[in-house]
Amino acid sequence: MNKIWIITKRELQSYFDSLMAYILLILFLGFSGFFTWLYGSDIFFIKQATLMPFFSIARWTLFFFIPALTMRLLSEENRMGTIELLLTKPVSNWQVIMAKFLASLLLLVIALLLTIPYIISVSSIGNLDMGQVFSGYFALILFSSMMIGIGLFTSSIGNNQIVSYLLALFIGIFFQIIFDMLGHNFLGFVGYVLDYLSTTTHFDSMIRGVIDTRDVIFFVGITFISLVFSEIMLIKKRYA
Amino acid sequence: MDIIVDKLVKTYGIQKAVDNISFKVKTGEVLGFLGPNGAGKTTTMKAITTFLIPDSGNVHVGSYSITKNAEAVKRSIGYLPENNPLYEDMPVIDYLKFVGELQGISQENIYSSLASVIDTCGLEAEKHKKISELSKGYKQRVGLAQALIHNPDVLILDEPTTGLDPNQIVEIRDLIRKIGQEKTVILSSHILAEVEATCDRILIINNGKIVADGTTSELRSQASGNNVLNVKIESGEVNDIYEKLSNLDDADVVDIVDADKSRFQIDSKGGTSLAADVFQLCVKENWVLTELIPVETKLEDIFKELTTE
Repeated sequence: MNKIWIITKRELQSYFDSLMAYILLILFLGFSGFFTWLYGSDIFFIKQATLMPFFSIARWTLFFFIPALTMRLLSEENRMGTIELLLTKPVSNWQVIMAKFLASLLLLVIALLLTIPYIISVSSIGNLDMGQVFSGYFALILFSSMMIGIGLFTSSIGNNQIVSYLLALFIGIFFQIIFDMLGHNFLGFVGYVLDYLSTTTHFDSMIRGVIDTRDVIFFVGITFISLVFSEIMLIKKRYA
Repeated sequence: MDIIVDKLVKTYGIQKAVDNISFKVKTGEVLGFLGPNGAGKTTTMKAITTFLIPDSGNVHVGSYSITKNAEAVKRSIGYLPENNPLYEDMPVIDYLKFVGELQGISQENIYSSLASVIDTCGLEAEKHKKISELSKGYKQRVGLAQALIHNPDVLILDEPTTGLDPNQIVEIRDLIRKIGQEKTVILSSHILAEVEATCDRILIINNGKIVADGTTSELRSQASGNNVLNVKIESGEVNDIYEKLSNLDDADVVDIVDADKSRFQIDSKGGTSLAADVFQLCVKENWVLTELIPVETKLEDIFKELTTE
């Protein structure tokens, strides 16, 4: 555990040193804030004290930003050869993967914490359902971990950051849109499976305030599978 | 800690990078790893440091095996990989602290460990700089410092002096020799003089196989039985000198190196030296002998002989 924290600390430090963290925070707050408060079907437009518009927009903002955050995590180590340094220290492959995952997740949590003023603002306008707010933030964190998992996996494949970014978007778009679309076109078991694989189904019910174990298992499952695949990629390099 | 490499095999595709290599390094020994590019030096080192998993065979560091006790092996090894990869965005001191923590140095000891490696590697003035701002030589020192930080029993250094200036090379060599007195050191290099200067023992590998193993003097005597003399004789007719030198009993081949300056190279038969015979001949013929230099078989020649087919 301690080893994981040492690496996580370094990764977080590197996010802040490289300005990556600040850029992410500013862009995330800027985009989601703009669409939540100022433009489109924003909070004032729907005339309800709810953060649902924010959650929907945050999901898409995060979808594009998280791969940018994760793209260098392992690809840069592969390119520079520092992965060799790291893995010849007394740490396991899994610890390295977990540490990098946690660093990105922590940065995302910081970003989400900075939106607390949204809660305060909306609750001062009307009667905000705090259960729904909690469930919505929980959904964002679960969605973020899924995207970080996918991003970490695509980053572990090669040593090119751009490839890693695009590949993460490509895999992500299946969960975001394509499975959902296909799910509507199939009946029976296939339709059910495709529907289950769509983030929209799970996310929308969570931001409405329903926390179902099936939804949680979906996000945690995809995250876990991605992390295992990333570890396999690391191990594969040591056999190559 | 002894290192025992036992029947190590590693293939990349169809190419055998390391082909059934076995050797042993004792505590307090500095082993030099020599070989042409692609001979399997780096692969062997990567296997010892547990980074690469071999196809078959095993390595023991002390009583730990790289397959069963990888964690313990990693803790006993300080490793400087080829090309010296570093987290370039970190300041030197933060980086060394990070490595120290990963190696499990406790919080109360970490600052004294840091101070000691910074001192040994001469990084005092650069310790707050970002690694990317350092020159190649200083980066190399940082690489060495991170390998030494947890005071490991075994040091594996893959080309430790690349990019250093001559003064630094001497310093690093002295450092390696000092460390090598109580620790086990394996270093690879393609600079033969370096290996000769720092190592107690030399291992030459080619095409994944060990082709020579021994001290420098052992390798020398193995490689060539001939004695070679460079001779310069003045005040005589070149052809006449050539003929008479060739007629010496033990002379094998005589070459005229430079006819104008009357320089000759004489290979003797067997292990005998011709120096005395050449001198006697000059006295007899009343020639002026101005140079008589025995040519040592150089490590370069041994290397060339063993690694070219």
